[in-house]
Amino acid sequence: MLSLSLIAALILTSAAVALSLRNLIHSALVLIVTWLGVSAFYLWAGAEFVGFAQILLYVGAISMVVLFAVLLTRRSMDEARVQPSSLRRVIAAVLAGGALAGVLAGAVLSTRFLPGAGRPPEINVRQIGLQLMGPHAASLLLVGVLLTVALIGATVIASSFERDDVSSDPDPRARSRGRLPSNSGDSHV
Amino acid sequence: MNPLQICLLISCGLFAIGLTAALARSNSILVLLGIELMLNAANLNFIAFWRFGPSPAPASGVIFVLFSLAIAAAEAAVGLALVIAVYRHQKNIRLKEASRLKG
Amino acid sequence: MTSPALSLFNAPFAALAIPGPTFLERAPLELRDWFVHLFPAPAQWLVHHLITIVAVLAVFGLFFAFLTIAERKLLGRLQNRLGPNRTGPFGFMQPFADAIKALTKEDVVPAAADKLLHFLAPVIVCSFALMTFAVLPFGRHLIPLELDAAVLYFFAAGAATELAIFMAGWSSRNKYSLLAAMRALAQLISYELPLLLTVVPVVMLTGTLSTQNIVLAQGGWWHGVIPHWHVFTPWGFAGFLIFLVAALAETNRSPFDSPEAESELIAGHLTEYSGFKYALFFMAEYFGMTALCGLGVTLFLGGWQAPSVYLQFIPSYVWFGLKLIAMILLLIWIRGTLLRLRIDQLMRLSWKLLVPLALINLLNAAFWFQAGELGGAFAIARWPVSIGLAVLPFIAFGRRLGRGLGPRTYRYAP
Repeated sequence: MLSLSLIAALILTSAAVALSLRNLIHSALVLIVTWLGVSAFYLWAGAEFVGFAQILLYVGAISMVVLFAVLLTRRSMDEARVQPSSLRRVIAAVLAGGALAGVLAGAVLSTRFLPGAGRPPEINVRQIGLQLMGPHAASLLLVGVLLTVALIGATVIASSFERDDVSSDPDPRARSRGRLPSNSGDSHV
Repeated sequence: MNPLQICLLISCGLFAIGLTAALARSNSILVLLGIELMLNAANLNFIAFWRFGPSPAPASGVIFVLFSLAIAAAEAAVGLALVIAVYRHQKNIRLKEASRLKG
Repeated sequence: MTSPALSLFNAPFAALAIPGPTFLERAPLELRDWFVHLFPAPAQWLVHHLITIVAVLAVFGLFFAFLTIAERKLLGRLQNRLGPNRTGPFGFMQPFADAIKALTKEDVVPAAADKLLHFLAPVIVCSFALMTFAVLPFGRHLIPLELDAAVLYFFAAGAATELAIFMAGWSSRNKYSLLAAMRALAQLISYELPLLLTVVPVVMLTGTLSTQNIVLAQGGWWHGVIPHWHVFTPWGFAGFLIFLVAALAETNRSPFDSPEAESELIAGHLTEYSGFKYALFFMAEYFGMTALCGLGVTLFLGGWQAPSVYLQFIPSYVWFGLKLIAMILLLIWIRGTLLRLRIDQLMRLSWKLLVPLALINLLNAAFWFQAGELGGAFAIARWPVSIGLAVLPFIAFGRRLGRGLGPRTYRYAP
């Protein structure tokens, strides 16, 4: 129970701090602590595979995407700060969030749950793999398609549509010989 | 208190924080992060029910969370790409000003 | 694992082989247990884990120290000079002199820097690099932490490196640091893909994510001399080569060290670091390299398995150490030999060569496994087909990669 309350405190305080900070980079970095807290919860609950997958995905990938997005959407070094929202809006949002939390907490506390199994369900990576490849194979394929579509879509949306420097030079040799390499055409980041 | 209830309360709190942030902040990246947190709260519920729920199927909660993680990755990639596209159009990422549909 | 025909040859070893290996094999564990039992029972589990941690830290700390001096001396020889030879016998005390120097140097932090992040970046990178050692099986009984999802853990712990590089670049408040950090991140993300894709076939064929089981799956020998390591199969060899290149890039080693190219940039994202924080980054890089080499040894080179039946009397952790050292020496050799890649060439190499090859290698491994299951003629026919599946895509993609890259012509400023 002690470890659970520590994990809960870590998750909730870091989430609250992250989303109230003024500096976007700091927000993203503190949010990583929240995600680590969530994966600590998974490990605590005995879902080892999901815990590590959460770290790999959120700390390794999503945080990087967020940080890149923050850096790509500002004009100078010091512009990471964001303007505060209007007080009225903040109060309304806090009221809405608090009301939702109150309703949910009331529902959770008033429900009588059936007593669960005392120990975590026995599951190893092999079984997860068999489940994914067996009964859930169709969903796995769909997720693969979804991720591919999302990747292509994200690339198309985020890339600039300046047509002239994309297709004017199909032959890279001509580009490297003819004129100085243009940065806009083959930026890789 | 039932440990399941404690876990559900944690996830309630996380969801409410995410919702508050998504409503209160005007910066679109922060809104996306708030939504990301709400997704995490849902995942937390899956694992909580998987661990403490009555007679759970051995893999159901884990499989659910794995798919949900994949969705979260796709959502983050597309959402942040949209943010970058919006920035390219209007030179800021405040959601209030992104109300025109025509570029 | 010994076939009956070979038992005759094993006979001379029998006397030596039975008490020797088991005792030596267990020696580190016996030593630990003896020490743990000196403590009262409630504290024993804590002491048990602390000893494991301290042992890993001490062994790999010293390994790091002697790795730096070995690298400097070897590079010196490769470049036709002597290398450091003043401190201690043959210069072997040089790393300790360097450590004292780094500790006593002034720690300069830029006035505009984000102090907390600037401090946290080296701490995070070093601690997470050390955490990856937890799942490497150093010997038959020597593994700090046996996890079911060990390979996933390894990469999850490695993910913090990217974060630390970003923190270092951003908190320095220096635009060159930030740009270099972005370049380094682009490189790390691009090469993480082929690295993970080469691990997948191994996991697929062994059917486990646990490093110890992966090593156990590579046990046994053909005719007692050729081990069943993955590197001796066509897909394993191709995968090992891709893994090697990706590992070089992941650890910013030499042909791919453009994030911190000494002669071109100042030090990339490390520009604003000095003193011991710089040393921590340096250490983390070498720890990361050692850990990745350890993973490569585990996945492809049979881990702690002896290369031959007759060499089993040498304890398993010695074999692991020898393979690790051999792989690291190979990396140093590569560093002394190859030229640095430009950043665009580096990106092209990953996305247009390594990723497709790694994907094809995945198919190749699946074919290899299925053909092996069918047995009979298929088990023999799979060799040429699999070699073809490994070599032909390499030739095809390699030719495409080099197309349009004639001899470079330079334009001089008028």
